[in-house]
Amino acid sequence: MTVLKNSIRDLLRYPSAILGSVIILFLLGVTVYALVTIPYSEAIRLWRGGEDVWYQNPKYAAPAWFNLFSTTKKPVSFAVNTSDGSMLKTITPSSDPNISTVDITYTFDYAYDSVPQELIIYFTSQYKEKLSFVSVSWITPDGRTIRIADLAANSKLTLRFSQDQKLQKRLKTEDVMEAIFADPNSVTQAPLKGRYQLVIAGTTFEKDATIDAEFVLHGELFGTAGTDKYRRDLLLPLLYGTPIALAFGLLAALGTSLLTMVIAAAGTWYGGWLDELIQRITEVNLVLPFLAILIMVGTFYSRSIWLMLGVTILLSIFSGSIKTYRSIFMQSKESSYIEAARAYGASNSRIIFSYLIPRMIPLLIPALVSSVPGFVFLEASLAVLGLGDPVLPTWGKVINDAFADGALYQGRYYWVLEPAILLMITGFGFAMLGFALDRVFNPRLRDI
Amino acid sequence: MAQNNKLLRIEDLVLHFNTSQGPVQAVDGVNFELDSNRAVVILGESGCGKSSLAKAILRLLPRNAGTYSGHIYLQGQDIMSFAEEEFRQNVRWGSISLVPQAAMNALNPVIRVGEQVAEPAIVHLGVDKTGAISMVKKMFQHVGVPEDFISRYPFELSGGMRQRVVIAMALVTSPVLIILDEPTSALDVLTQANIFNVLKRLKHELGISFILITHDIATSSELADDVAVMYAGQIVEVSDAYRFFDKPLHPYSQKLLASVPRLHSDKEPEFITGRPPSLINLPKGCRFADRCPARFEKCVEDPPVIEKEGRNVKCWLYS
Repeated sequence: MTVLKNSIRDLLRYPSAILGSVIILFLLGVTVYALVTIPYSEAIRLWRGGEDVWYQNPKYAAPAWFNLFSTTKKPVSFAVNTSDGSMLKTITPSSDPNISTVDITYTFDYAYDSVPQELIIYFTSQYKEKLSFVSVSWITPDGRTIRIADLAANSKLTLRFSQDQKLQKRLKTEDVMEAIFADPNSVTQAPLKGRYQLVIAGTTFEKDATIDAEFVLHGELFGTAGTDKYRRDLLLPLLYGTPIALAFGLLAALGTSLLTMVIAAAGTWYGGWLDELIQRITEVNLVLPFLAILIMVGTFYSRSIWLMLGVTILLSIFSGSIKTYRSIFMQSKESSYIEAARAYGASNSRIIFSYLIPRMIPLLIPALVSSVPGFVFLEASLAVLGLGDPVLPTWGKVINDAFADGALYQGRYYWVLEPAILLMITGFGFAMLGFALDRVFNPRLRDI
Repeated sequence: MAQNNKLLRIEDLVLHFNTSQGPVQAVDGVNFELDSNRAVVILGESGCGKSSLAKAILRLLPRNAGTYSGHIYLQGQDIMSFAEEEFRQNVRWGSISLVPQAAMNALNPVIRVGEQVAEPAIVHLGVDKTGAISMVKKMFQHVGVPEDFISRYPFELSGGMRQRVVIAMALVTSPVLIILDEPTSALDVLTQANIFNVLKRLKHELGISFILITHDIATSSELADDVAVMYAGQIVEVSDAYRFFDKPLHPYSQKLLASVPRLHSDKEPEFITGRPPSLINLPKGCRFADRCPARFEKCVEDPPVIEKEGRNVKCWLYS
């Protein structure tokens, strides 16, 4: 315990260790948060979901905080509905017990410099025979009332403002959004700022009939991370990509380092044909193109991330570090404490695991930590090359989607930069901690 | 079968190492016997095959070992015929312990000494950890290490303490024979004397036999019951210690003893002219002949082992 404490104290002398640890702790925090709030199956369902899941979100929306850095404020998307109380609903019974009026209103401040992409109302109503009736109107800040639509509400009814042809005719324009947000006294196209009100007046003709509505404004900005082509909230892959990236990176680094070390130790200790075999396999493996093999496996066999992890570990075991480890094991193999262990009858496996390998731990720990970002990047690279796991929301997949959709040409930088920055800080975090660990544990670098 | 009563009997033990220049005949036809509760000192110059003999007995062969033959009877059983795993379990786990050369470095630097000494007991004797630790405490008492050293790491111990810990480690499996390969060569004289007192007491208290490999003639005379002198991979003289130190038979032994400085004598310490022969190109006949002051024409033939008053000597002078 004191050894651990001392190591940590030594480590914290290096600012890079502190920064690296903070980054890694942050990533671990995100991991825990993501795994607790979004179960694995739910994450996959959302990520694979289409319009039915993501109908509330606009396409290609940049993050909402873009407004903080811009003088022209773009509309931020929102969605409200009556079932959770975010939209006000009042029911007034009339003298006829079967008939009652349902008034739904939603008032909001609109202070943006452009009009939203779309306004949509989703009605859900329950009835037995007689359809309920709804009348939708729009009250602008200067007091004008615009009649939007009068409809008989089916059990499911969607009203898209800009695609409603009756409304287009009534407003005498194809661009409904411009019309309902326009300032009649202004010549510019800028929308009128102020308090708008949506009023839905409904009438039900049965005793148990109900009307509920959900009002969605598709702006140009959305949430903390924005959305992609399929209206998906990018926060999901950014959050959920963290555990996947860390799991891939850590498992690959751990598996590779440990297996490499055990194999190198066994080869060195037993020597003879085993050592020869390991060395020859390593030399052959060193000239094999690593990425090309992964691409081949991904193209012809399976793109499952766990299979990729397995292949990655398998190909990384017989790497150059087997030679490094071997050279060090060769030295410690001849130490007299190992001869002493042999003399009292320690078995081969005991010598390998409790005499040879512990000598290697000071070298192993920094190497392990430093090799994590390489594997995280590898996973992202595979995804960017289109060989990412088709099911999982990962950082690389986001970049791949953005690339496929030409996000950079269209000026949608957020789409590429968000996952890229996360990848970068992950790399930084592990690299900085790795350097500091190397300084603490590697006796040759330890300052006197 | 009378000879089977001996604790250890070595017959024609040969251990050669393969090198690019040819086989190194490090141990070349060694014969000797050892009774229970006896200490035999193997004396010899550096490079005469003393340590190789120790390794050959425990079959701790380096990778370039070549010919390895002969018979080693331990309590009547030929342990040379054991398979590797059988050898490990029967010989190294209990019967014979080794205190290796440079015992100061014979401790794993990353394990606490207590655990290290307890390890053979836990692994081989099936003792649980607390039992093993109490065994370690007993062993530490035997060798004179304070009990609270159990939780220290090797680098926190002085050389003498480390040496004692290594001896405790050799004792913990209660062996019948301990081979000490230059146990005191890196220690100061006081500590050396101390360690030898420990060994003497152990021999007396536990009835263990020792093979003590050393070139320190003066200190070894403290412990020795018998003396075997080794020269160029062969044992040239075996004698009881009392008569050996009084009057060695083999010319080499005589020269060896004469090289020890004496306090109450004006005699200059002698040295032996020439160099020991290379173990790769050994001369025919007596291997000491080139440097021997008493050389005569018979020495071109290999001398037989001659028994003289219960002492064995490999020299034509006594035929």
